[in-house]
Order: sequence, then structure tokens, then C-alpha cells
Amino acid sequence: MATATPLEPVAAAVTGYRPRRGLAEFARRNPTIVSGGAILAFMAAVALLAPWIAGNPITFDPIDRLRPPSAEFWFGTDNLGRDVYARTVYGARISLIVGLLVAAATMALGLAIGLVAGFYRGLDGVVMRIMDGIMAIPGILLAIALVALTRASVEIVIVAIAIPEIPRVVRLVRSVVLTVREQPYVDAAIASGTRTARILLRHILPNTVAPLIVQATYIVASAVITEAALSFLGAGVPPEIPTWGNMIADGRLFLQIAPWPIFFPGLCLAILVLAVNILGDGLRDRLDPRIARRM
Amino acid sequence: MTAYLVRRLLATIPVMMVVAVVVFSLIHLAPGDPAAIIAGDNVTPKQIAEIRARLGLDEPLWQQFALWISNLAQGDLGTSIFSGRPVTALIAQRAEPTIALTTTTLIVAISIAITAGVLAAWKVGTWVDRGVMIFAVMGFSVPVFVVGYGLVYVFSMQLKWLPVQGYAPIADGLVPFIRHLILPSIALGLAYVALIARITRTSMLEVLAEDYIRTADAKGVATRPKLIRHALKNAAVPIATVIGIGVALLIGGVVITESVFNIPGIGRLTVDAILKRDYPIIQGIILVFSGIYVLINLAVDMLYTVLDPRIRY
Repeated sequence: MATATPLEPVAAAVTGYRPRRGLAEFARRNPTIVSGGAILAFMAAVALLAPWIAGNPITFDPIDRLRPPSAEFWFGTDNLGRDVYARTVYGARISLIVGLLVAAATMALGLAIGLVAGFYRGLDGVVMRIMDGIMAIPGILLAIALVALTRASVEIVIVAIAIPEIPRVVRLVRSVVLTVREQPYVDAAIASGTRTARILLRHILPNTVAPLIVQATYIVASAVITEAALSFLGAGVPPEIPTWGNMIADGRLFLQIAPWPIFFPGLCLAILVLAVNILGDGLRDRLDPRIARRM
Repeated sequence: MTAYLVRRLLATIPVMMVVAVVVFSLIHLAPGDPAAIIAGDNVTPKQIAEIRARLGLDEPLWQQFALWISNLAQGDLGTSIFSGRPVTALIAQRAEPTIALTTTTLIVAISIAITAGVLAAWKVGTWVDRGVMIFAVMGFSVPVFVVGYGLVYVFSMQLKWLPVQGYAPIADGLVPFIRHLILPSIALGLAYVALIARITRTSMLEVLAEDYIRTADAKGVATRPKLIRHALKNAAVPIATVIGIGVALLIGGVVITESVFNIPGIGRLTVDAILKRDYPIIQGIILVFSGIYVLINLAVDMLYTVLDPRIRY
């Protein structure tokens, strides 16, 4: 590697072993982790504090239809006279809940399937063919079909977005397991009669943590986008719950005269996904220099 | 080589079988009576029974599956619940705008992305590189419909340069055809460009660090042949892989893009089918799109031997 860039992750990995020199130093060395994390934390705080910092997102008043942003309505009002600021703040809740729970669910299931598939050669072929099949279906279409066939609810949306993401995690975990199981210390554990479950959990699982954390952030980002897309298409959470996706869908007929009901949720969506993605890039450079060099 | 092609073709069969099983079982995995869900609210039990009979939901499961698969093998994707027309006919009727939009986006996006990625790798560490990378992260983060409405607001509503929405068939003239495709293509292609530009840069950086590039520099090969003939050619395999995998972005995105720009293609057909819960249409579209996706990636796999003659199977 003669160029400068591929060396950066290595340098980052090395700095991880130096004594910490306080938060400012950490921020200087990892600007992407800190800035992405800060934006994410801010949005999470806003979502948590929604009832205290925003008005009612549901109440509507025909007199206040399509008011531009003002001191009274910071982000203006929509076509039913609902407060766009309140709806945007409450919309952050759905985006974050769906993003985080989808990531948690895919990590748990993907990890379990990947560990087993990677360790037991007999199951590997069948499991991976099924994963290939699921991966061949464009995720958003599979999610649409799942939601369209059930009564819309937040839980269904989470399941529908999670299922197409599972194969990505399974493949990642499996590739780690396949490498690690050839290591002498795993042979030693097998030779000394350690039970398989213990080998998987104590000797193999820890190796998957770093790449999984990185993958989890990317899954949060893609789940947030997919949730917004489903809501936008009318195949998401029930329409009475404000989400950034259905706000944009509701506002589109009035784009020419009143762009704000689309602009603010769209901006928040872009900022949230951007923050999660740069957090993911930062974590990847720091935790997983091997993958960092490839991407 | 031929043996490899045959093996690779055969390998797509189990994948498509899994796709078919997943698509078939969706309707049965859902909690509750699928016929009642498809029928929606405010229907009589008689109407529900009718739908159940029409979809064959009264038959044993394995019989339903056998019938469905054998119809599928004959190119029959079933019948729309609402219009009563064959799903294949409905898809064929809506195919032109979708094919026009996706192929335009594909060609333009790949050319822009590879150029940007090569430039970024060549000028690594400079503002050009930084600009491309910032664009790549942003382009991957802004959802299709946000980009779409942003473009419509600025270029169609404020500047009035381009039509707000709709589609003009190529038969009606090239200029309106292109004018209607510009904004949808940008919205649809942005994430794809970002993805490919990023992998092109990474892949080029790896190749540019090779010894033979230094040799090329030393013997005075000009920049352009060095970048294209020596470097890009050797960086092509990972780029082709990502181009193939990234088609999933385009397929998902086209459903949303057609909705934003009101283009009467397969994407609109999907959204209309969701709203009416016309399940055979949704199933048919998923099968068709998955099949196309698998075939494109098969084609990319076969391209490897052309791109890199060192690869022998």
C-alpha cells in the first residue's frame, strides 16, 4: 500500500491501544464517530422528550391550514392545519424505534443462524441457499408484501423490514465463523472436550462483535429509509401515527404552495440517515480495519 | 468455461425456487384469514368466500403450491383480483416506462460513478477526492422521495425548466421523452452513483498501489492510458460486482420514483396493488423483479471472465 489512505485505519487501530487523553482528543481522532453519534443522541433526546417540547401532533384546525413557518408554528402547518414541528418531532420516534429494533432483531437472529450455519457444515448449504433466495428478493418489495397482507402496525413494519436484512448479517457472521474455526485455539478447545455451545459462545462469538456493531449501524440507516419509504407508499405504520414518510406523502399535493410539510421531515430524515452512516463509517475504520481497507 | 456457465445457470434454480416458496408462503404466513385481509373492511362473508375460492385457498396447501408452480412454469402469474386480467398482461402493459427509466438511469449512473471514482482515486487526498467522497456519503443517505420532491420543487416548480411529473412515450418524440426522464433518473440514480463511485475509488486505489503502475509511470505512460488501460481494467471485477448487487437499489427505488413522479410503470402498478391489496399482482411483480435481479447478477458473474481473463473456471 503506497498511498496514504489505506494506512489510516491501521493508524486508527493502533491509537486504540494508547492511553486515553480525554474526550477532546478522542473527538479529534474520531471526528466521524463523535459527530455522527452527537447528531444521533440529539435526535434520540428530541424523540424521548417529544411530549414536553412539542405540541399535539394530531389536533387539526382548518383555520390554520398551510400556514408558513412562524413564531407560533416553527415549521408551519400542513393541509389539515396540523403543527408540522410537532409532527416532525413525533415522527422521529417511529424512525428511531423502527431503526433500532430492526437492527436488534436482525443482529440476534442473524447471529444465531450464522453461528450455527458456520459451525455445522451439514446445515450450511441449506441455510445459505435459503439466505441467497431471500437476498434475491428486493428488500423493499418483500417488506411491502408482508405489510400489505396484514393489518398495519409498528410491530409488523419492524418484522417486515427485518426479514430481508437478516441474510446480510448471517453471511457476515458465517464468514467470521469460517475463519475463526480454523484457528488453533478452537482446535485446542475441541480437543480438550469443550462443549460446542461453549465454543460458539466463548471462543467464536466475541470475534463477531466488532464487525456486527459496524453492520448494525448500516442496518439502522437502511431500516430508517425503508420505514419512511413504506409509510410514504401507504404500506407502513397506521396513517394516524405521524411519521416522516407519511408526512411527505400527505404534503405532496401542496408542494407548490406549501413546501414546508415536506421539507422539514425530508431534511430530518436525510440528517438522521447521514449521521448513522458516518457513525458507521467511523466505527468501521476504528473497529474493523480489515473490512475498512476493502470498502 | 462452458461447464462453469452450465453450473452457474443451474445454481440459479435453487435460488429462484426459494424465491418462489417465499413469495407463495407470504400469503399463508400472515396471521388471520388472507381472503378476509385481501377483501378489506365492509364486506360480506359471501364475498370473502368468493375470494377464497377464486384464489384456491380452500384446497390443501401442497395442491395450491403445485398448481401455482406449474402455472408459473408456463408463464402464468395468476389473475388480478380486481380487474380480472392476467398479471403478466398487466405487467407487460406497464413495462415500457419502467424499462426506459431504469435503463437510462443505469447507463448514466454507471458512467458518472466510474468517472467520479477514477478521478477521486487519481487525485486522492485532494479536494476532488474529498468532494466525491462527501457526495458518496450524502447520496447514499438521502432517500429517493426526498431527492425527488427537492428536484421537482427547484427545477420544475420554481425554475420551470422541466415537467413536474408524468411520462412521455419515446414514440411521441425524443425531446419530451428525455425531458420527462431527467429528474426521475437523478432521484433514482443518486444512491446507485454513490455506491459505485465509492467502490470504484477503493478498487482503483488498491490497483494504483501495484508495482506495475509504478513501472508504467517510470516508462512514461501518459495519465489517461495509465488510469484506464492499466488501472481501471484491473479494478473492474469488484466494480462489476457492486453494479450487479446495486441493481436491488434501482428496483426498490423505481417503485418510489414512479410514485413521486406519477409515472405509469410497474412501480405505480405495485403501489396501486398495495392500496387495493391485489395480492396476485404483488406476488407477480416480486417474482419478475427477483428474476431480473438474479439474471443481472448471473450476467455480471459471466462478465468476470471477459473483464479479467486471468479468471478461469
